[in-house]
Amino acid sequence: MPDSSVNIVIGGEAGQGLVTVGDFLAKALMRAGYEIVVTQDYQSRIRGGHNTYAVRVSPEPVYGPRETIDLLVALNAETVALHKGQLTAKALAVADESVDLSGVPGLAVPFKSLCPKPIFENIAALGVLSRLLCLDAAWLEGIVSEVFARKGEEAVAGNLKVFAAARAWAEASGAGFSCMPPPMRTDKRLFMHGNEALAFGALAAGANFCSYYPMTPATSVASTFVDKGTKLGMLVEQAEDEIAAINMALGASYAGAKAVVPTSGGGFALMVEGVSLAGMTETPIVIVLAQRPGPATGLPTRTEQGDLNMALYAGHGDFPRAIYAPGTPEQCFELAYRAMNQAEKWQSPMFVLTDQYLADSYRAVVPFDLAALEPMAEPALTCDDPAGYRRYADTPCGVSPRLIPGFGEHLVVLDSDEHTADGHITEDLTVRIQMMDKRMRKTEGIVSSIVPPTFEGDEKPDILLACWGSTYGPALEAAQILRERGVRAAVIHFSQVYPLNPDHFLPVFAKAGRTFMVEGNHSGQLAQLIRQQTGYAFDQLITRYDGLPVTAAHIMDRLDRL
Amino acid sequence: MIPLEQYGEFETAWCPGCGNFAINKALKKALSMLDLAPHKVLVCSGIGQAAKSPHYLRCNCFNGLHGRSLPPAQGAALANTEVAVFAESGDGCSYGEGGNHFLAAMRRNVTMTYLVHDNQIYGLTKGQASPTTAQGQPTKFQPAGVASMAFNPIAVAVTMDTPFVARGYAAEVDHLADLIVQAARHPGFALVDILQPCVSFNKVNTYAWYKARCYKLGADYDPTDRNAAMLKAQEFGDRIPIGVIYKGTRAPYEGRIDSRVRRPLATSKPDMAKLASMLESYA
Repeated sequence: MPDSSVNIVIGGEAGQGLVTVGDFLAKALMRAGYEIVVTQDYQSRIRGGHNTYAVRVSPEPVYGPRETIDLLVALNAETVALHKGQLTAKALAVADESVDLSGVPGLAVPFKSLCPKPIFENIAALGVLSRLLCLDAAWLEGIVSEVFARKGEEAVAGNLKVFAAARAWAEASGAGFSCMPPPMRTDKRLFMHGNEALAFGALAAGANFCSYYPMTPATSVASTFVDKGTKLGMLVEQAEDEIAAINMALGASYAGAKAVVPTSGGGFALMVEGVSLAGMTETPIVIVLAQRPGPATGLPTRTEQGDLNMALYAGHGDFPRAIYAPGTPEQCFELAYRAMNQAEKWQSPMFVLTDQYLADSYRAVVPFDLAALEPMAEPALTCDDPAGYRRYADTPCGVSPRLIPGFGEHLVVLDSDEHTADGHITEDLTVRIQMMDKRMRKTEGIVSSIVPPTFEGDEKPDILLACWGSTYGPALEAAQILRERGVRAAVIHFSQVYPLNPDHFLPVFAKAGRTFMVEGNHSGQLAQLIRQQTGYAFDQLITRYDGLPVTAAHIMDRLDRL
Repeated sequence: MIPLEQYGEFETAWCPGCGNFAINKALKKALSMLDLAPHKVLVCSGIGQAAKSPHYLRCNCFNGLHGRSLPPAQGAALANTEVAVFAESGDGCSYGEGGNHFLAAMRRNVTMTYLVHDNQIYGLTKGQASPTTAQGQPTKFQPAGVASMAFNPIAVAVTMDTPFVARGYAAEVDHLADLIVQAARHPGFALVDILQPCVSFNKVNTYAWYKARCYKLGADYDPTDRNAAMLKAQEFGDRIPIGVIYKGTRAPYEGRIDSRVRRPLATSKPDMAKLASMLESYA
């Protein structure tokens, strides 16, 4: 089956408004009924540099980004120079008439004569694009009207006029770009990226406290909480540092809040002592770890899946935890909700691992079924025997009854030291063993509620692609390409990477010919974990760690070299 | 008034003669005067001998990490309006490891009371200098004398216009209890820095040393005069003032919380209809 997608890349300097063009266009395409995958590539600077906003669009499902470009919107000359090598046979570059397009199939747009002021150039570009893509003007006109409504009727009319003029100009120019096949979806979907979906998953679970220290690419989780969470009753506080952020959240959780802390690798490194504190005090907390390439400051605005090991081993001593790794915005929502619920249920820290690619990747998201969410575990507010209340009472499942301070005469005593059942410091080593066993007993419950990996493709594949987190889509697409070549292929995707239940995947591995683990890091961290826990070794690793997302083409290139 | 026995009697890990005993007594007395039943009191502490204090008091207790008494205290105070929140720790925990949190807490100004047991030495790790040890003072680990200048928490707090800044002395139990009462009643962040003799490791700042120097601020001193407080904050040597050094009127953080935030958070459930309509706006 030929690739029916069109890859539109808008390139320019930070500050030129390329994200505005991209967001308007991508949202219009979604509303029209297309499938989209947005990839944003930007540099760690406020203005200048070279940034891109890529929209891969198709009437068919699209699972990941693509390197080759069909429609290049160049907001400056540098964009043409940097990307002309990626242009496909049918490609067209769109730029202002002042940009040199020699040697490139291009369309020179007289932006200056189409726009009364430079500020309208984004809208003019949308007018041209909508014509080239044969997208009904109404989809973009609707979005332009909605967005500019708050600036008044005059602003709406002014923008619509420029949009129409640019579209008419494009039509008259007779520019040759093949129209996309018509869209197939008619259902309503949400224009949302991974971090927004993640934040909404937490909010649906009742998250009402967030303390954070800003760090790319976790910031948009916090900003969604600021914009939307506050309206739902959430308290959001910018802490002085990540150490304060997690400790503040633990204090709030102890006092009755449902707390979540978003951060990224370097920030999470600072939170590690707090993770351990959550383990010892058995305080529910969800840590959203939006990964970017390390070590240290690494590539601050690029993507990687390099922090699994840190999430696995963060914190001194042993304590139970679970690590989720969503592969799509839908999974971001589901697993953030689940992490909140599991944190409450097992009174342990829970992690959601995302990454810059997924965090910034807009998709056409099927609306979440709020009514179908499983009920949230809740702490009790009062008890019948306040004098007899013991925060760390020993129980068969390891979970002790959690009460909230101040809501009755019971006392809730937590300690980072080893403690007795009533929460007080102890150096009684028998109690130590009892408490350690009690905490670790929760592992059984956590293991029993593992989200199993999903399996898609041929039952007995020649090639099995294993993956986790955001590499899901690219792996699915690569398997599809393999099948088109006549190779039996399948994908197994882990959306929970810890703990693991070997029964969920070893039988699948056993049926496969060759097995490959696809990961966006250097060392193959999940492959190592699986080997460590089961002895199973993948035939080959397919990794990527240049800061860009794994793509189907990247996977195919590695497979073809073997 | 709540009877003192309600706050319990405990066996402690403190050295005989430690100033912590008197501070514990003063705190119980203050809570009784404040009419706060044990379940309405929430104490967060860090690590060290002082940080064990809430274990020797019937109360809700979050005994967290070294230097981190303030972040959980503020988180708890913001989340839960059903309890009065205190943080309690030593000078190393509060001004060394937790220095950044101290600065941020003064800026943030959440209503809570910060009790710092200031013994000018690290006791639990057996005698190193603390941030408040005097420059030049020899210790077991700095035998040639402490090279760095001592931190002045009172002066820093006054500079930050912290709403309530007081210095107490462990041996003056009633005076200290009264300071804690005033601190807990004052809106915003309240600091009570408490001079506390360490009988095991601080051979300079002894009971006799403090007795010869500490004096109570009299009725003639106006703690609302910030310039006077700035001068008073710098008085530490032959004469050491104890009492309320500064009382300000800076509005607490709680007044700046979005009115849509419903506290206590424990009883605040998400409005699913509102959430659903919010999601609609992404279509």
